[in-house]
Amino acid sequence: MIKTVSSVALKGARDDSSSGGNSKNLPGRATRRAPSFLPLNEAVRTLVKSGSCVAMEGFTHLIPFAAGHEVIRQGIKNLTLIRMTPDLIYDQLIGAGCAGKLIFSWGGNPGVGSLHRMRDAIERGYPGPLEIEEHTHAAMAAAYQAGAAGLPFAVLRGYVGVDLPSVNSNIRSVRCPYTGQSLATVPALVPDVAIIHAQRADRKGNVLIEGIVGIQKECAFAAGRTLVTVEEVVDELEPGSVNAVVLPAWTVSAISVVPGGAFPSYAHGYYDRSNAFYIEWDAISRDRSRFHKWMQEHVFNPPPRL
Amino acid sequence: MIAAAPPLTFVRQEMMQVAAARRLSNEDVCLVGIGEPSVACNLARLTHAPDIKLIYESGTIGTKPDVLPLSIGDGVLCDRALTTVSLPEIFQYWLQAGRISVGFLGGAQIDRFANLNTSIIGNYATPTVRLPGAGGAPEIATGCERVFIIMEMSRQRFVEKLDFRTTLGHGDGGSNRRDLGIHTTGPVAVITDLCVMEPEAESNEMVVTSLHPGVEMEQVREACGWELRFALELEETPSPTELELRALRDLKQRTELAHRGGR
Repeated sequence: MIKTVSSVALKGARDDSSSGGNSKNLPGRATRRAPSFLPLNEAVRTLVKSGSCVAMEGFTHLIPFAAGHEVIRQGIKNLTLIRMTPDLIYDQLIGAGCAGKLIFSWGGNPGVGSLHRMRDAIERGYPGPLEIEEHTHAAMAAAYQAGAAGLPFAVLRGYVGVDLPSVNSNIRSVRCPYTGQSLATVPALVPDVAIIHAQRADRKGNVLIEGIVGIQKECAFAAGRTLVTVEEVVDELEPGSVNAVVLPAWTVSAISVVPGGAFPSYAHGYYDRSNAFYIEWDAISRDRSRFHKWMQEHVFNPPPRL
Repeated sequence: MIAAAPPLTFVRQEMMQVAAARRLSNEDVCLVGIGEPSVACNLARLTHAPDIKLIYESGTIGTKPDVLPLSIGDGVLCDRALTTVSLPEIFQYWLQAGRISVGFLGGAQIDRFANLNTSIIGNYATPTVRLPGAGGAPEIATGCERVFIIMEMSRQRFVEKLDFRTTLGHGDGGSNRRDLGIHTTGPVAVITDLCVMEPEAESNEMVVTSLHPGVEMEQVREACGWELRFALELEETPSPTELELRALRDLKQRTELAHRGGR
């Protein structure tokens, strides 16, 4: 049912592999090519390279865990990882030594506490040094929007009277040419690759996202290339509403069908968030050896999927 | 059969949550943080303010969860919300444009002018403890008309000087906040497990205006890292009513049962 095309064809669809996180207009955006349906390992191998700037988004909902695990298994290193809420998936990527830099706005285990692998990297440089660029949610949302809109920077009312601008030189300001007001600016986020999870795609590669939609649409449009993992492929999308978020097929680079690909976060209409696992992760991630053991058992040598 | 009413005993955390809930009204549009703020806002909705509009920063508008969410983006939020929108819409059309009356915040550290630290303990480059960071708080604190802060008191948390100012309260005090070009009111109350503090006129320093039942002034002073002052007309916070306490405990019990589930 699912057609597979070669990775060569995929590369040809968007020949912009040197975008490198800057904000220049990407030639690949004008493509009318349909996405390639690829097995997850092939999609990740084709799109994500060591040193890439990667954004895996999903605001608590639809977090692309399976794709993140594939990046870890392939041993891809020195990534610049962008994500508003690093969550458990970036805790795992950081702990596994895949990250060189993290751009984020809230790095905790939601409702539970710390991300201990992220803390170990920042506080003690384990497993290696981690450069951080820290923002607020409002700024990152605006920065993705600017990236999606092909603008070099985002403007917002923010960062007034606080310390973040003193530790992040990318937070600057501009004077409004009409009113003279001073407004905060941040550079557009333009990842080389966006990775998101969605409920489903149709056979042409149109993608449907429903529920808490977060920042995924902006992230996908901001990125040079977009990999979408989906719960299933269907003949017709049949969205719950005519206004549901649909990424048209030609805005997506590759689609991989990965049922359960957002677990232990959730996919609205498919399965619930495992709050129990988020609580359990606190103890697993506190201890380096327990973390590595867990990764061996669940990421490097996972039990066969049902 | 008529059972005798059980004695109305409560713990300090419950007093804090009830005191926070009472500050909210049916007219409020409230941006809800996870944890204590979420408890207070939903308690208000389930008791005296059924028409309060709750917005979670994950994008749910008119949120009416059955149980408290563990995370900011739990499915229970979306299921019964009026609508769910994208993050840029939340932060720009709602928060930045001034469509939210109340923001609720907490933190790891607070100072006498209700500025907050949720970023680091120690210094920024080599922190002793790396905390989660800013999230939505800095813009919530400046974009919402009023801000309530809920925090349990201790000398480690109520400090003379923040290690890092993540979020603006009243800045350096006095007119500093306004001088920075911020025209929203800012923190109007810090609700703790021992007392309620409110900004003093002119100085905008947080002073104790209400002690919770059974709490002594000395106890509050001990739990605060700055030289805490008390209002001349110090009140006692009314104890939780039976209705408030039952609604709060039912909500927590439902929540606990729900969170034990999941694969």
